[in-house]
Amino acid sequence: MPNADDIRGMFFEECDDLMEALFEGLNLLENDEAEDDTVNAIFRSVHSIKGGAGAFKLDDLVSFAHKFETVLDELRAERINADAPLIAVMFGAADHLAHLIEACRDDGEIDLDRGTALLSDLDGYISADNSPGDDFVFEPMALDFGELEAAPPPDDVVGIQFQPFAKLYQNGHDPLLLIAALKARGTLEVAVDHAALPSLSDYNPDDPKLVFSMTFSAQDAELVVEEVFEFVEGICRLEVTPIISDDPPPPGDFNDFETTIDAPADDHDVPTDLPDFEPEAEQTIAPAPQPDAPPAKPAAEAKSGKSSGKGESTAAQPTLRVELDKVDRLINTVGELIINQAMIAQRIDQLELPGDSDLEADMTDYKMLARDLQEGVMSIRAQPVKTLFQRMARITREAGSATGKSVRMNMIGESTEVDKTVIERLADPLTHMIRNAVDHGLESKEKRIESGKPETGEISLSASHSSGNVKIDVADDGAGLNRERILDIAITKGLIPKDSDLPDAEIDKLLFLQGFSTNDEVSELSGRGVGMDVVKRGVEALGGRISIASTPGKGTKFSIVLPLTLAVMDGIVISVARETMIVPITAVIETLRPEAVDVHHIGKDQKMLMIRGEYVPIVSVRARLGMTDPIQEADEKVLVLVEGSDHKRCALCVDGIQDQRQVVIKAVGGNYGHIPGVSAATIMGNGQIALILDTDHLSTTDDAHLAMPVSPAERGLIAP
Amino acid sequence: MTDETTAPVGGVLECVSFSVNGQTYCLNIMSIREIRRWANVTTLPHADSHVLGVINLRGNVIPVYDLAVHFGLGKTADGQRNVVIIADIEGESIGLLVESVSEILTVARTDVQETPPLGKDGHDSLIEGLITVGDEMVQLIDLRTISMNRESAAA
Repeated sequence: MPNADDIRGMFFEECDDLMEALFEGLNLLENDEAEDDTVNAIFRSVHSIKGGAGAFKLDDLVSFAHKFETVLDELRAERINADAPLIAVMFGAADHLAHLIEACRDDGEIDLDRGTALLSDLDGYISADNSPGDDFVFEPMALDFGELEAAPPPDDVVGIQFQPFAKLYQNGHDPLLLIAALKARGTLEVAVDHAALPSLSDYNPDDPKLVFSMTFSAQDAELVVEEVFEFVEGICRLEVTPIISDDPPPPGDFNDFETTIDAPADDHDVPTDLPDFEPEAEQTIAPAPQPDAPPAKPAAEAKSGKSSGKGESTAAQPTLRVELDKVDRLINTVGELIINQAMIAQRIDQLELPGDSDLEADMTDYKMLARDLQEGVMSIRAQPVKTLFQRMARITREAGSATGKSVRMNMIGESTEVDKTVIERLADPLTHMIRNAVDHGLESKEKRIESGKPETGEISLSASHSSGNVKIDVADDGAGLNRERILDIAITKGLIPKDSDLPDAEIDKLLFLQGFSTNDEVSELSGRGVGMDVVKRGVEALGGRISIASTPGKGTKFSIVLPLTLAVMDGIVISVARETMIVPITAVIETLRPEAVDVHHIGKDQKMLMIRGEYVPIVSVRARLGMTDPIQEADEKVLVLVEGSDHKRCALCVDGIQDQRQVVIKAVGGNYGHIPGVSAATIMGNGQIALILDTDHLSTTDDAHLAMPVSPAERGLIAP
Repeated sequence: MTDETTAPVGGVLECVSFSVNGQTYCLNIMSIREIRRWANVTTLPHADSHVLGVINLRGNVIPVYDLAVHFGLGKTADGQRNVVIIADIEGESIGLLVESVSEILTVARTDVQETPPLGKDGHDSLIEGLITVGDEMVQLIDLRTISMNRESAAA
């Protein structure tokens, strides 16, 4: 049995999916692309969140969701229209719902003020268009069924057929408690039908056979029944039939109902009298039918929606939740398979078989299969950026309301798939960029109107795949960068020399310098002293690059280019002291063979490289890593010019450059700890390990490890 | 993972014994994953002298230590019987180069004698206990002391 925490975790995971569906629906509404079922889908999401939250006694969440749901119900019944203000309120409510879910999950603070304001907004939609109180819930029934409206009975009488399924018991529910709960709310007569019960010898405790027939009378009986049985939806057969006749028939009448497992649920087929319960000949094994909610209520549709999915605008693909760990193990194994395949191929080559050997063809097939397998496995980790984008849309709205600007977000390519970890770690940099775009990028309403732009600013967020990378653009249609001011600020803050004359592109890049913030006033949103440099570092930590393009009066666009996955990296394969190593390509500016005149000596050992009017220190990787090799270094060396994340450049002196290729990043195991100058390792095609160099560390000058002698390098190796 | 957690006190202890530059050591069999032939290592920069480097164990990069250096016995001499013992320590794998593997010992827990204090430079902290097999003394290694990437593992 999963414990309570697991179930709680599952609930919150489900909430993520539900919120995604909710935002998707709201976006459709906003863009006027709503279909018949859109509102229902939104309603279902909120309703499911409410239901789940109720089970965990998350009262704040339940009460807010309930209010939201009520408004959605109004919308669904077409008593109110989804106009722009309502959509804005609903977006606000959805944002708050997301906030509440997060707060509940992390036991965080709940922003009560915002909730209260939203609640009153929502209330506006309920009370303005409706008679208050319980009546409105029944209004749809009145609309559809004139006779009920004509003479509403003081007490509704309903016949209930309740047959718990095995699942109900497995989930820890107790029919007795449900019946007792019902009894507490009205007058109840219960009869149990045990005809289907087998003899004791054939009795299977896991296969419940009991059917309860009840006659229940109370105010709003159907609603009460619905509430009581809310949490056993789908795990029992529940049929609620309004009984118009004043004399409730004896419960015994239901006894005909023996073996019926599944009476087809039809929301609109309203029996006006006692239904004729014919024993169904056929037993359905299909999933539990949804409880027959009161037929005339639109809610019935929503309830059954989740499993039936009828009229869903976008049919959701069935998904499977798998622990990330399992996927990673699979990826590892497949990676090893690829290496193994390469090794076998090498061995076969060495055999020098005749050219027409079948083995060659088979090897090619093997290689193709292995690659397919790897791609397939890698794609498991990939997820659409949709959730991330929706979160950003929320941030855009929040930023818009905080700055008093009218903003809308335009999302392109939300279905682009990116590695899960990349998505998670992109959230912070993107949040920053979006806030910046709204706060600094977009002009105020007045200025926009002045310059002939629409009042509402637009932030567009797009994702696309390009040549093995993922490109994410954040663009605004604001005023563009004010280069004069950027230059001014950079000079005032002493970031660049006074009389600097920089080309536009270089000025734009100043934004990424540490301690740069263009807004004069430090606003609540951005400008906390941390700026684009944090974004840049965040992106670089993911092995990506960021660039900026701006047109005065038209807007600014930031582009992030990221590797598809963190597990793979492009690198330059170099050799140092007979070892193979990798330099991450993101750090490499160029590779070169220096002319003797460009190399200058400082002191005894230090050398500088003169490149394009700049002196760059030459760092010997061999010395830096404390490697000794009997073969003396040749003077004619190959240099790899690298730039660290702090913009410091240095020229790494290596013995040779072999190749440029994608490598799979592996951590050094065994709790070995940090290795200075090395960030990770990878396995080459021949099964040998190559270390991935940490260029940031190599380019820093102070290093305590320089003096350490290393002996094991010359260890005699025994051929395997 | 210590031996106390893998075998009940007073139970039977199964060890794999091996020779390291003439001395006999052993490891709890529960912490040994496999024994491999010696293969090329990739040396690590700035590593302690008892760290030989890293090897590729089916896609995992794991460090390999020279037990002889670890115990201050000089480098393990090259030989055809040299093997790498892959051991599990707190869920992570490490490799240990030894001269040759000898046998599997089954001893009662109670027959493991606590290492007497050996003074300042002694190896008592590296050894969990002593086992007598015939005339020979077998040293039961405390795995946790090996993976520490310390400045000076051996005297």
